Amino acid sequence: MKALFLIFVFAIVGITPASAQTGPEKLANPVLEARAVALQKELRCLVCQGESLDASNAPLADDLRRLLRARIAAGDSDDQVKAYLVARYGKFILMNPPLDRDTYLLWFGPLAVLLAGASAAYLVMRRAAARSRREAGTTK
Amino acid sequence: MTGELGQLSLCLALALSVVMAVAGLIGARQNASRAREIASASALGFFVFIVLAFGALTYASVTSDFSVANVAANSHTAKPLLYKITGVWGNHEGSMLLWMLVLGLYSGVIAWSQRGGTQLTSAALGVQGLLAVAFLLFILFTSNPFLRIDPPPLEGAGLNPLLQDLGLALHPPMLYIGYVGLSATFAYAAAALITGVAGAAWARAARPFMLMAWIALSAGITLGSWWAYYELGWGGFWFWDPVENAALMPWLVATALLHSALATERTGAFRSWTLLLSIAAFSLSLIGTFLVRSGVLSSVHAFANDPERGVFILWMLVIAIGGALALFAWRAPKLESGTAFEPVSRESALLLNNVLLTAAAATVFIGTLYPLFLDAVNGTKISVGPPYFARTFAPLMVALLVLVPFGPALSWKRGDLKAVLRVLAPGLGAAALAVVIVLFLWTPHVLAACGAFALAAWVIGATLADFHRRPGAWHARPASTYASALAHIGLAITLLGVTGTTLWRSEGLEVLKPGGTMQVAQYQLTLDAVNGVRGPNYDAERATITVRDGGETLAVMHPEKRVYPIERQATAETAIRTTGFGDLYLALGDRRGDGWQVRAFVNPLAPFIWFGGGIMALGGLASLWGRLRKRDTATRKAASVTTQ
Repeated sequence: MKALFLIFVFAIVGITPASAQTGPEKLANPVLEARAVALQKELRCLVCQGESLDASNAPLADDLRRLLRARIAAGDSDDQVKAYLVARYGKFILMNPPLDRDTYLLWFGPLAVLLAGASAAYLVMRRAAARSRREAGTTK
Repeated sequence: MTGELGQLSLCLALALSVVMAVAGLIGARQNASRAREIASASALGFFVFIVLAFGALTYASVTSDFSVANVAANSHTAKPLLYKITGVWGNHEGSMLLWMLVLGLYSGVIAWSQRGGTQLTSAALGVQGLLAVAFLLFILFTSNPFLRIDPPPLEGAGLNPLLQDLGLALHPPMLYIGYVGLSATFAYAAAALITGVAGAAWARAARPFMLMAWIALSAGITLGSWWAYYELGWGGFWFWDPVENAALMPWLVATALLHSALATERTGAFRSWTLLLSIAAFSLSLIGTFLVRSGVLSSVHAFANDPERGVFILWMLVIAIGGALALFAWRAPKLESGTAFEPVSRESALLLNNVLLTAAAATVFIGTLYPLFLDAVNGTKISVGPPYFARTFAPLMVALLVLVPFGPALSWKRGDLKAVLRVLAPGLGAAALAVVIVLFLWTPHVLAACGAFALAAWVIGATLADFHRRPGAWHARPASTYASALAHIGLAITLLGVTGTTLWRSEGLEVLKPGGTMQVAQYQLTLDAVNGVRGPNYDAERATITVRDGGETLAVMHPEKRVYPIERQATAETAIRTTGFGDLYLALGDRRGDGWQVRAFVNPLAPFIWFGGGIMALGGLASLWGRLRKRDTATRKAASVTTQ
């Protein structure tokens, strides 16, 4: 659970830390390579169980990392690379599901729960405060 | 023989758990003290037979009795003794038996500690009995660990090498003590609804079990995360894997429960909400078990997938959760008595804590199950990974951490916000100091680091300040004061670890030939050699890597890559050099040509992650200890009163 805060940190910066896949296939241009590394953290290894492309040792992940670098080297933007991969492999490949009709509930569900909880807590507090005032009144 | 003894013990345990369920529930009525005694006695008997059954399976495993199918499928004569023992629960059938063992232990403790018990305890035992019946039927009909094979094979198939590790061997028992501890809390909640005893007395009776469960879950999750860190060779400590989430959800709800039960015990507030949380916490444990065991969500941890079992667990889920919620809807409205508190009070702080923790648990729930849901609705397959949780879960945690120090500092019923802010002011000072230090160091991701360190410093500083202003000598303060301070400071320390590891990590992956060198952070790593090494049940390739800082040789490290021929699997054995404030982490990868992949990480503050988890668990222990001591003195006082 502790581990979660990792995530909290991501939220503040909105960046993922620099990472590992600097293996033999790395791009010569460090700016492009950094983009590739950031991208592969957002993409899923299709044959693994919940691992990102960045973390996977599977041969398919190797191929995808190479493909991704080829697209970047060919001048694709990050979004173009993602769109290309989604067209080939489906939305499943994105670790961060895009906001669309299918995922409104996913993205806004937590907020809805929070708001419902906060409203309930507000009502409870208001009632408790009213009772507290009444009690104070009766003791006087 | 052992197989039959185990089978017989399980059947007798089933019979006794039926008696326990019936007698316990009858004993919930006022004039049924005989039934209460029967319930207690059968609970103890049930415990004894489960111990026998578990002992039988352990014996079969230790003596490599391959006529027992489960042992043949999961053990091997060449396996070290330790893993023959821990391997008992390293598979589906055995882990279910472990679950029963823990359930038996809790039932035994309830029966033993409350001899001649109250109606509440009796009803709780009855509900425990019902759960035991369900799980024993599950074991006997779908997951029997004592099935025989004829003829027995000469050799077993071996245990998943990933599980041949001490951290992972201890992790399931911890989690089960947690999950099943929540079953005791659940049983007490159902008992409260049955008997109508739900206020302070209820909270006092149920709290030790909540605490036990929470401590064990905290320790279990910490151990699991530590295991993933050093065993998986990826330098990460949390992957938002469905099974991790399955443990995280009950933990979040149990944490909320511990806090709301504080108010219930002290002022009788939130009593039906506390019961609902008790039901939810155990329900999420069951849902977690369902997710893992049924193979609905695939994961590294799901070592036995079988749809038939999934269906059985699903029914149990529906009956237990549905039954408890129906009981709640029927009886809870009669329990609530209005409580009075001001908007600024400890009750309000606990309420906010509960709103945030519940929303966090709901977020994990939605994130874990939504892909299943969407697939069922329109066949679209999506992935929900770490980036999702970063944007939803993390902000909730930030809000929670900002509020953490206020809870213990506010008074019950009516608090004084200005006075509390004066007390907590040193926390603001600490936060400012943290920002100055981070700016001075000018680390990577400096803004995020400032935010995170300020938050951690605020929690630690304000908590210490609040602790400091409390009256009385340090050793004379109640254990609960220590408990909340430790738990909250532990949380902040974990935050420090997570921040350091995430923001300041350096990593490198190179293919090195013997003699080759790579640089990670300030270290030069030289691959001196890779040698073949033979272990008891594996063959390893063992690298010798010299670590230098400038010209000075710091250490020689040996990451390994092991191949387990019996199980036909390979594992990475990482080498970690820790200073307590950071780790140098090496993993040996695949052979590439005449070189080797070497992966290296420098993880600043990584040990703090688990260190903080340990401190949190210690806080739970402090609370439990204080409570048991208090109860002890109370019983002694009561005894001396009756003798006088």
